[in-house]
Amino acid sequence: MSAFNAVDDEREIDRDEFTPGLEPQPTWCPGCGDFGVLKALKQALPEVGKTPEEVLTVTGIGCSGKLNSYLDTYGFHTIHGRSLPVARAAKLANPGVEVIAAGGDGDGYGIGGNHTMHTARENHDMTYIVFNNEIFGLTKGQTSPTSPKGHKSKTQPHGNTKTPIRPLSLALTSGATYVARTAAVNPNQAKEIIKEAIEHDGFAHIDFLTQCPTWNKDARQYVPYIDVQESDDYDFDTSSRREAQEMMTKTEEALYEGEVLTGRYYVDDESVSYQQQKQDIGEMPTEPLAERYFDDDYEWERSYDLLDRHK
Amino acid sequence: MTDDDLIWRVSGGSGDGIDSTSQNFAKALMRSGLNIFTHRHYPSRIRGGHTYVEIRASNDDVRSRGDGYNFLLALGDSFARNPKENAYYGNEELKPLSENLDDLNEGGVIVYDTGLLDEDDVAELDLEERAEENDWHLYPMDLREIAKEHGREVMRNTAGVAATAALLDMDLQHIKEIMTEAMSGDILDANVTILEDTYEDVKENTEMTHDLRAPTGEYESEQALLSGSNAIAYGAIDAGCRFIAGYPMTPWTDVFTIMSQNLPEMGGISEQVEDEIAAAALAVGASHNGAKAMSGSSGGGFALMSEPLGLAEQTETPLVLVEAMRAGPSTGMPTKPEQADLEHVLYTSQGDSQRVVFAPGNIREAYEQTRKAFEIAWDYQIPAILVYDQKLGGENTNVDVEFFNREPAPDLGSTLTEEELLEAAHDDSGKFKRFQHDPEENFEGVPEGVSPRSLPGQQAGRFLASGNEHNPMGHISEDPDNRVAQMDRRKRKKEAIRAELDEDSQQTYFGPEEAEYGILTWGSSQGAVKEAVDRLNENGHSVKALSVSDMMPYPVAEVTEWLESVDEAMVVEMNATAQFRGLTQKELGRFGDKLTSLLKYNGNPFEPAEVVEGFEANVNGGDTSDLQAQVRIEPAAGD
Ligand SMILES: Cc1ncc(C[n+]2csc(CCOP(=O)(O)OP(=O)(O)O)c2C)c(N)n1
Ligand code: SF4
Ligand SMILES: [Mg+2]
Repeated sequence: MSAFNAVDDEREIDRDEFTPGLEPQPTWCPGCGDFGVLKALKQALPEVGKTPEEVLTVTGIGCSGKLNSYLDTYGFHTIHGRSLPVARAAKLANPGVEVIAAGGDGDGYGIGGNHTMHTARENHDMTYIVFNNEIFGLTKGQTSPTSPKGHKSKTQPHGNTKTPIRPLSLALTSGATYVARTAAVNPNQAKEIIKEAIEHDGFAHIDFLTQCPTWNKDARQYVPYIDVQESDDYDFDTSSRREAQEMMTKTEEALYEGEVLTGRYYVDDESVSYQQQKQDIGEMPTEPLAERYFDDDYEWERSYDLLDRHK
Repeated sequence: MTDDDLIWRVSGGSGDGIDSTSQNFAKALMRSGLNIFTHRHYPSRIRGGHTYVEIRASNDDVRSRGDGYNFLLALGDSFARNPKENAYYGNEELKPLSENLDDLNEGGVIVYDTGLLDEDDVAELDLEERAEENDWHLYPMDLREIAKEHGREVMRNTAGVAATAALLDMDLQHIKEIMTEAMSGDILDANVTILEDTYEDVKENTEMTHDLRAPTGEYESEQALLSGSNAIAYGAIDAGCRFIAGYPMTPWTDVFTIMSQNLPEMGGISEQVEDEIAAAALAVGASHNGAKAMSGSSGGGFALMSEPLGLAEQTETPLVLVEAMRAGPSTGMPTKPEQADLEHVLYTSQGDSQRVVFAPGNIREAYEQTRKAFEIAWDYQIPAILVYDQKLGGENTNVDVEFFNREPAPDLGSTLTEEELLEAAHDDSGKFKRFQHDPEENFEGVPEGVSPRSLPGQQAGRFLASGNEHNPMGHISEDPDNRVAQMDRRKRKKEAIRAELDEDSQQTYFGPEEAEYGILTWGSSQGAVKEAVDRLNENGHSVKALSVSDMMPYPVAEVTEWLESVDEAMVVEMNATAQFRGLTQKELGRFGDKLTSLLKYNGNPFEPAEVVEGFEANVNGGDTSDLQAQVRIEPAAGD
C-alpha cells in the first residue's frame, strides 16, 4: 500500500489537465520563448504517461521561474538559483516522483552555477531545463552569463567584455549524462527532447533557447535552426564524449555567428543514476523514505539502542 | 565544587591523541562511579599546536568546568613547528606544560614527559620555584622512554595514564577494560604491558608528596558518556529525522558526522553537498517531499543558509537547522566558543522572521529540545533552529542510560493522508487549498494558524509552493487582503507555539525560590552559572538564576515574573555586545535599569569562580579592579 497513489498512476491523461484553473493564460510578453517550453512540456508529459500529481516542477526566480504557475503539477517556485538543490532532495526523499527543474540562464549559469555543476556531476535522475534567452528577463534586460561578447545593456553600457558561458560544454564536463539544446521555435523537437530527458536515467540537461523579444531585441529569434541529427552537414556519435565535446564547441560558437544548431549532443545510455548508486552501496533505502512515515508498522530505530559505545 | 573533585588535564600537541586518551580515561572514571564533565581546548590546526582536555570527576552532579584544575599530565607537543626557537608563536613544544601552569590550583600535581620536554627549556619556566610557591608536586618522567622500552614511542600517552592512575591511587581495572574494548592483538598487548609496568614502577619507586587522590563514587543506574553534539544527533534520530544535508564547518561538523555515520544503517540519507546554500535547500526539498529533514552549520555557513531559511518560512516547510556558534566575526576563532550568533540566528533573512529558536543549556536539554524542535517544526510548518556552541557541542558528561529510553516521535505533524486530502477543499480545477486563510474553520485538531499540507505524489494534493506571497492554492498574489490574511495567519502560529511552550517550560531555574538577586543566562553558560549560584548562596548572598532556552518566541510572561521577583539581575553571556540582554529588554520592553551584564569573549568559556567574582564586583557597585579574569561588566541602561 502506497501513501502516494499518484505515482505510477496508469490512467489516460489529457494535456489540458496541465493547464491550471487560476492562471490558464501566462503573463509572459507576447512572443516570449517561454511559451514554447510550456507547450512542449504539456505535450510531452502525457506522452510519457505522467499525471499532474506525480510530477514536481521546481523552478528558480526569473520570467522562466513562473513556469509552474502556468503548468499544473505539484510545483515549488524556490529562490534565485536554487532550484536544483531543492529538486534533487525531492528525488532522494521520494524517488517515485518525476522531478523537473527549470530556470533561466542567469539562474542556472550565474547565481546557481555551482549547483548546476554539482547536480550534473552527481547524476541525479531528473530533467533540468534552462530557459536560455541570453538576458536577465525579469529584472529588465541586464547582461546575463550567456549574453554575447559586446552585448550592450543598461548595466554594461559599453558592451559586455566577458566571454559567454558554454552551456553544453559546462554540462558535459560537469558530468551530465544527457545534454541537448532545443529552441522554442522548434516545438516538435523540443517535445521529443523533453520526453527523452524525462526517460533518461540520470541528469538530463536541456539548454532551451527562448527568445526574449522585450529585452533582447537585437538577438535572433533563433531561426532558422538546424537539427544536427537531421542535417547531412554533421555527423558525430552522441555516445562519444570526445565527439560530443567537439560538436558542442562548434554549436556554442556558431550561435554567436547567427547559426542556430540544436539537437542531442551527448547521451550516455549506460548511465547509472545517483540514487541507484547510493542504493547500491547502502546509503539510500530501496523503499522511498517518504513512504515510511505513513507506515504504522515500521519499527523506528532509537538512540537508546546506540548507547553501548558510550558506556 | 567539593575539594575532593579530580580535575585532570591532559595536554599535548594537536595530533598527539589527546582526544582519544582523554575520552577513554573519562569513561574509566565514569565506570568507577563518578560524575564526569569534560572540556576541550584546541587550536585550529591538524598537526601541532597546544591542545588539552580537562576531565572533572566528582561525586557531585557536576555540570560545569571547575575553577582551575588539580592534575596536569603534560605530554609535550610532538608536532611543534618551532621546537627550539622562540619564534613569534613561542616555544610550542613546551606549551603543553608552560601554558597550563597559570590555572593549576594550589596543591596540584604535575607529571611531564622529560622524553619530549627539554630539561633546559623546562628550567627556564622556573618550575621548581613556582612549585614551591604554590605547593605543586612535580613528577618528571621519561614517558617516551618507558613507552619505547615496552612497545612503541607513540604509546607514551598510555604510560602517562598509568602514571596518573598510580599517583591517584586508582585501580587499573576500568582502564584495562576500555583498552580491551578498543584495541586488539599486539597493540593491545603492548599497551597493557606499558600500563601495568609503569603503574607498578611509579607505585614502587616514586615518593609521593601530594594529597590528591581519585574520588570514589557509585551510581544507582547505568550511565553513558556523551557530548552535546551526540545529544542533538540522538534527539534528531528519535524525532524520526532521516535526512541530513551539510557542508563541514567546525564545530557543527560533529553533529553532521554523527548523523552521517548512523543514518545509512537506519535507511536514512546523508548528503555532503557543494555549499551551505545547497545544504539548507536540500533539507527544504527533502522536507517538502515527506522526509523529516535537517541541516546546520556554524557562523559563516549559517549565513549562507539565510535565503533558503526564508524560503522555508514563506512556504511553511517544516525544517530543523542547528547553528553551532564559534567566536566571530567572520572566520573568527574557529575552535573557540562564543555566544555571539544569537542575533544572526534570530533575524537573518529578509522580511519579518517566522521561526522558532531554542538554545539548550546542557546535554539533556540539547536532546530534549532537539526533539521539541522537530515536533514544533512539523506540527506548525515552521523552521526551528537550535543554537548552541563549541562548548556544549564538545563537552562530555554522563547521562543516565534510561534517560534515552523513550518512544520515537516520527510523526509528520500537520501533513494529510490521501484520504484526508480527498475530503479537503480544492479550487475548481482541483488544486488543493494548501494555504487557507482560516484553516481553523475547516480542519479539526490542527494548531491555530496551521493549514495542513500535502506531499508531491499524493493524489488530490496538487499545489504550488512559492517564496512569493501567495493565495490559498499557492499562486503568486500581491492582493492586499490576501497578504494581510496570510501574514496574520502565520503570526497566529507563533502565538500558538508560545502558548504550547508555556504549558511545559523549557527554562531552567536554580537557587532558592526567594532571592534578592538574579542571574539570567542562556545556552551553555548555564553550567558555570548553576555552580556559581550554589557558591554565592554558601557565601551568604541571596541569589537565584534563570537559564532561558526559548529565544524565539521569547517566554515573556515567565521571564517577566522572574525579573519582578528580584531587585537586580546580572545577565551572563559569552559575547561582547550583550545580545541576550538586548533581546530580553526588547521583548519585555522594560527592566533596562535592572539588568547588568557579565560578558566574556576571550575564547574560553566561563568558569564558576568568574561568575562569582563578577557578581560580587557588581553587587559592590561595579568595581572591577579585583577581577582576575578577562570578563567585562556592563552597567545597566538606566545607570
Ligand atoms: C538573490 C537574488 N538576487 C537577485 C535577484 C533578482 N533577480 C530576479 S530574477 C533575476 C535574473 C533573471 O534572469 P534569468 O535567470 O536569466 O531568468 P529570466 O528572467 O531571463 O527567465 C534576478 C537578478 C533575486 N531574486 N534574488
Ligand atoms: S521579459 Fe522577456 S523573458 Fe520575460 S516574459 Fe517578457 S519576453 Fe519573456
Ligand atoms: Mg534569462
